Amino acid sequence: MLRDITIGQYYPEESFIHKLDPRVKLLGAFLFVVSVFIYDNLLGFAIMTFFLGLCIVTCKVPLKFMVKGLRAILFILILTGVINLFLTPGTSVFSWRFINITKQGIYNTVYMIIRLTYLVLGSSIMTLTTTPTRLTDGMETGLRFLKFFKFPVHEVAMMMSIALRFIPILIEEADKIMKAQMARGADFETGGLIKKAKNMVPLLVPLFVSAWRRAGDLAMAMEARCYNGGEGRTRMKPLKYQKCDYIAYLILFIYLGAMIATRIIFKADTLFGMYS
Amino acid sequence: MGIIKAVKLCHEYIHRDEEGNVDNIETALDNVDLDISQGDFIAILGHNGSGKSTLAKHMNVILSPSEGTMYVDGKDTSDEDELWNIRQTAGMVFQNPDNQIIAGIVEEDVGFGPENIGVPTKEIWARVENALSKVHMEKYRHHSPNKLSGGQKQRVAIAGVIAMKPKVIVLDEPTAMLDPIGRREVIETIEELNKKEHVTVILITHYMEEIVNADKVFVMDHGKIVMQGTPREIFSKVDELKSYHLDVPQITLLAHKLREKGLNIPEGVLTKEELLERLCQLS
Repeated sequence: MLRDITIGQYYPEESFIHKLDPRVKLLGAFLFVVSVFIYDNLLGFAIMTFFLGLCIVTCKVPLKFMVKGLRAILFILILTGVINLFLTPGTSVFSWRFINITKQGIYNTVYMIIRLTYLVLGSSIMTLTTTPTRLTDGMETGLRFLKFFKFPVHEVAMMMSIALRFIPILIEEADKIMKAQMARGADFETGGLIKKAKNMVPLLVPLFVSAWRRAGDLAMAMEARCYNGGEGRTRMKPLKYQKCDYIAYLILFIYLGAMIATRIIFKADTLFGMYS
Repeated sequence: MGIIKAVKLCHEYIHRDEEGNVDNIETALDNVDLDISQGDFIAILGHNGSGKSTLAKHMNVILSPSEGTMYVDGKDTSDEDELWNIRQTAGMVFQNPDNQIIAGIVEEDVGFGPENIGVPTKEIWARVENALSKVHMEKYRHHSPNKLSGGQKQRVAIAGVIAMKPKVIVLDEPTAMLDPIGRREVIETIEELNKKEHVTVILITHYMEEIVNADKVFVMDHGKIVMQGTPREIFSKVDELKSYHLDVPQITLLAHKLREKGLNIPEGVLTKEELLERLCQLS
């Protein structure tokens, strides 16, 4: 179960998107997330789907691999779906005893599920095609202006890249501890929510302890290799914009423009709009 | 003076209670004297808690002496201005392969050290290439470390150290968490580096089979160096080693037992071939 989380993993492949500058991908992911929240009509949805599809095809990561990542948020998807479906007020289309499903509720549900799914897919394209180091390099250079406000850009970027690298290791470890506890009769499956949460304690305590130990070891290993903060460091892979990056920027802005235009011109259309 | 020299080196771990009062002092190193010459393959043996890891950490200035002095390449490790120079001179490989790989891609991890010491980009690439070929991991340069075996991860860690062009590589139980195949991979890599590149190797271990090719062996117990000599000299003293909770290689033990039973076999037999030869000479 835990191994299904694909967010934060890197999928090695030689593709156009893999080669892009991480700053482009960061901005791209950001703009995509924004667009996911501004679309409110069928045309916008079509453009968004086309754009996402294009990215998925060009990045050469198998769709199956990405969809697997959705399994991790399945619970959130269902929960938001159910809440939206039953609790949105409006014109009733179906009602039975206390259950009351409204037209607006159905729209909201569809929108939320699409939004969440696309959100995860869009951001996982970024992490799947960018190594954590390059991603944080991108953040570090892209957000360098924050240093002006005394924000420790390099340190935060380093912390994030280490966190990303250790996600799969800790997941594997959690899996191992879980199996070890299950072998000795621990029960993670049955019981209500509170009982389940309580049952997680024997999993979380050893995981936490080991994470601390790892952190200590890693800090020592980094120091042993002369890590001394961001000052005076050089880069093995310095960030430099190539021609393809400018093309990608152009595509991004066309996409954003198109999304804004559909919203202004079409407003919410009757076929797929929320407040028709 | 050799590349690494310890003079009356002491180290104490001070445990404090909640109010900050000292409640226990543990002496990990007790007046250690050591002199290691450039290009040697040195092995340091000792059971758990003998102070061997503490000694290793002094060579890389992760710890500094409570008393006495440690010199690395002629530089005093308590001199803070030399800290980064010393760490560059004496690279260190740790026990757990997962906890010392920083980057998510093999080649980026190898480049981490050179990046830290401010090597220009072009040179970093050359060093990474060179370091990966020395440990025979070129094929995996674009891989994620999570997908490698333990032995391969440890070789990547060694490459990460080589890329900083150290004169000494200190390996703190690099094979303790590996399977036999991984262990052999790592030991062969280390031996090759020592022979071809003349890097001084300091191998800390408790696997006796790994040190038969060492130039010199130090045995530690309770923070002191209690035995030193060539592997043959050390392994001749089976009973003394046992008193420090250490075992000799199986072949050496077999030869020792045969000798006790009255066969004319010398002490300190190190390899299968050697024992076979001795046995053939008997008849």
